[in-house]
Amino acid sequence: MVVTSKNIMHSALYLALSFAGVAVLYVLMNADYLAAVQLLIYTGGIAIMVVFAIMLTLRGEVCDSNPENGVWGWGAIIAALMFVMIALVIFTNADWRVLAAPWTSGGSAEAISLLLLSKFMIPFEAAAILLTMALVGAVVLAKGVKVSK
Amino acid sequence: MTLSYFSNLSVGLTSYLLVAAMLFCLGLYGVFAKKNMIAILMSIELMLNAVNINFVAFNRFVWNQTIDIKSIITYDLTGHVAALFIIIVAACEVAVGLALIITVYRNRKTTNVDEFNWLKW
Repeated sequence: MVVTSKNIMHSALYLALSFAGVAVLYVLMNADYLAAVQLLIYTGGIAIMVVFAIMLTLRGEVCDSNPENGVWGWGAIIAALMFVMIALVIFTNADWRVLAAPWTSGGSAEAISLLLLSKFMIPFEAAAILLTMALVGAVVLAKGVKVSK
Repeated sequence: MTLSYFSNLSVGLTSYLLVAAMLFCLGLYGVFAKKNMIAILMSIELMLNAVNINFVAFNRFVWNQTIDIKSIITYDLTGHVAALFIIIVAACEVAVGLALIITVYRNRKTTNVDEFNWLKW
């Protein structure tokens, strides 16, 4: 639906729906913290930002705002081949035909926080710096910089 | 390939991997086929989500190790941490990408990638 809808606003709303579906998958895999983060950041933040960007850049008829380009057939063929290949790998790999071991721990937020602040502290700080720089860069890009004399 | 490959299709690792592969390939198709820049950005988000599902699924089904951090016995959630970093990077990417799209729209009055030909000569 995200990639087939002709109306880009519908496409963005279906995107939010699919993000929520991924959050449900996280809950099924006992990743409750990640599900919460997914709901907050993706469906709460990214989808809303995409909707705002669409409203800012939309012109003309909304019903035909998301057309395919000339080579969409090739794209479909390549994507289908890719899917068949991945599915073959998944089905023929015997190590991956496992069922879930029973989950004995509680929520995952505590373990994630301990891991983030001990073993993965350097990437954590780097991600913080990256977020700050991306925010500043986005503001500069969207607003423009006055050239000083 | 016989039917025995498919006989064990209760909700195991295979199902999650298939869902993720489907999501990834839909995103790939969107990147190839769409004209609107925002649609392409959304497709990239779909692909990143598929990778996240894979990380969490492998962490849940294959990597069943317990660790002991300060006398708290929990699972080793390295896959969750990786997925978390991917979410952070995706948020950055969407912010910068949408800013770029708005800037390009201000200059060109379009978001159609077929009409972007600055780099051609």
